Amino acid sequence: MIDLLQSIIPTVLFFSAPLILTALGGVFSERSGVVNIGLEGLMVMGAFVGIVFTLTFEDTLGSATPWIAIVVAAVIGGIFATIHAVASVSFNANQVVSGVAINMLALGVGVYLTKQWYGKGQTDMVDGFFRTDIPYLHKIPVIGPIFFERVYATSYVAIILAVIAWYVLYKTAFGLRLRSVGEHPMAADTNGISVTKIRYIAVILSGVLGGLGGSVFALTIVSNFSHSTIVGQGFMALAAVIFGKWHPLGAMGAALFFGFAQSLSIVGSSIPLLEGIPQVFLLIAPYVLTILALAGVIGRADAPKANGVPYIKGSR
Amino acid sequence: MTSNNKLFALIIPVISVFLGLLAGAIIMLLSGYNPIEGYSALWRGAFGDAFTIGETIRRTTPLILTGLAVAFAFRSGLFNIGAEGQVIVGWLAAVWVGLAIEAPMIIHLPLAVLAGALAGGLWGFVPGLLKAKLGVHEVIITIMMNYIALYISNEIIRSVLTDHATKTDQIASSASLASEWLQGLTYYSRIHYGFLIAIFAAVIMWFLIQRTTIGYELKAVGFNQHASKYSGMNVSKNIIISMVIAGGFAGLAGAMEGLGTYGNIHLMSGFTNLGFDGIAVALLGANNAFGVVLAALLFGVLKEGAGEMPTGAGVPTELVDIIIALIIFFVASSYIIRWALLRFKKEGK
Repeated sequence: MIDLLQSIIPTVLFFSAPLILTALGGVFSERSGVVNIGLEGLMVMGAFVGIVFTLTFEDTLGSATPWIAIVVAAVIGGIFATIHAVASVSFNANQVVSGVAINMLALGVGVYLTKQWYGKGQTDMVDGFFRTDIPYLHKIPVIGPIFFERVYATSYVAIILAVIAWYVLYKTAFGLRLRSVGEHPMAADTNGISVTKIRYIAVILSGVLGGLGGSVFALTIVSNFSHSTIVGQGFMALAAVIFGKWHPLGAMGAALFFGFAQSLSIVGSSIPLLEGIPQVFLLIAPYVLTILALAGVIGRADAPKANGVPYIKGSR
Repeated sequence: MTSNNKLFALIIPVISVFLGLLAGAIIMLLSGYNPIEGYSALWRGAFGDAFTIGETIRRTTPLILTGLAVAFAFRSGLFNIGAEGQVIVGWLAAVWVGLAIEAPMIIHLPLAVLAGALAGGLWGFVPGLLKAKLGVHEVIITIMMNYIALYISNEIIRSVLTDHATKTDQIASSASLASEWLQGLTYYSRIHYGFLIAIFAAVIMWFLIQRTTIGYELKAVGFNQHASKYSGMNVSKNIIISMVIAGGFAGLAGAMEGLGTYGNIHLMSGFTNLGFDGIAVALLGANNAFGVVLAALLFGVLKEGAGEMPTGAGVPTELVDIIIALIIFFVASSYIIRWALLRFKKEGK
């Protein structure tokens, strides 16, 4: 049993980390009332920046490179998300349309620059992050070997950030304002909260976290950048946002579950109960579950009230 | 005011396309290419000879249909992001019928085309039903349905239609849209009769929306659900009908690929992007059947012409994706263009 857990849990953590990070970005944006279909594009941007930075500075910065790379990816992700913020907050563009455009733009820019800089459609491979033992914690009996041995430190960064996100959203004044803007922007505005400012911050945060998620995905799972590096992880993160009912910890739980479903298609054959299930069911499980969740089969998932509605001052 | 709005409806797409191409030229300049060479390569790639013209028409065909799929749903206030998945199931169903049945062409071909439309319609029915009965947002459901379509159709290709092969056999010639006559005219491009179906579908959409009671109700629901309800319309029914017809259009787009361009279906590692491009097409075409045809032609030209840019001018093909994304941004932000235009007008006086 412990052997089994030891093979599954690190894999689940490994697959979930990028989803958790990106889903947290989605939570911030959607909680402020801006639908973010562009999570996929933000991840693409993050993956591109993460890989390019690592390739460029691997020799000079040594083992710290991937850590700096994900920070840079987060910053660029935030800047890139500003386009979505400008279009959907300032220009009152349809938020779904703007998100779709973000996805196309990110992939276009990423692959265009890859061809421009490297002369081919995909970059070389990088080393990225390595599996490590978490200091001290891996010595705890039973729990240590299962959770903290040969894991990626980024998985724990993701989990810690989820807790921080929960604290920010539910225990700080800023979080309260952000949520109120997503529920009833006019009431928030009347109380002197700048709807525009809060929504800008939320969308840029979603870019930061999406960039982080994309770069972590690229530097742990695929190790290079091409047009097929990020295929659907952003949409899966969006599913996690909804399945987790727009709550940071819920989104984390959902992302862990989806990571579990993904890892099953890899380690599933070693679990007796799941041996007979065709892989396709495990592949579609996250999406089917999200639909069921939305249809109210697994508890109701209600979106923030003002989600997707541009706020125009003075209109009712 | 109305004439003003109509004028804007025409001006905004034109300005957006112009700005998009301008941005493309600036990007080429910044990355050290000659924009004139780049765009003339694009032009050659789309209209250079009979072959490229044939290929441009072939590429435009499914874009018209996915554009209609998005535009039709939009008319009743629904956002169909699911065209992507509807294309895949339509493609699969059409090829399946093309492979499994033996019949004379007059029966076989319509049956295969219809199967594609029905499969797409079914894929649109699910989000339509959930939206109508439970109020679940169609955007999320259609995105999820896209992935379900992708994985299920791959599985069916692998385990049902073939024995773990990466693509199916070619469909029977009695189900094929390919035309030797058209191919002969265009130096054997992959042009097929599908573009007639696409144009016909656009006419059907125009007729349905503008000239029938169903279309009137669909539009009414799009404008104001509550008013429609209190005037005795069945809102849920209209939402479902709208999504089913939209899905049918996208399914047809898949059938065009399956019965026309490729004659088979292959395993897909990701989406065809026909559905996402359909959103761009519908948006640029202002959700109007005629506009959709024009917008699809523009994107067909851009995408086909892009193929010539790397060899002709050294520019990566992705430039066109960037241009299209920017065009969408500009159209979506029409609020600001409108504002700027009004501003100019005032200052002009």
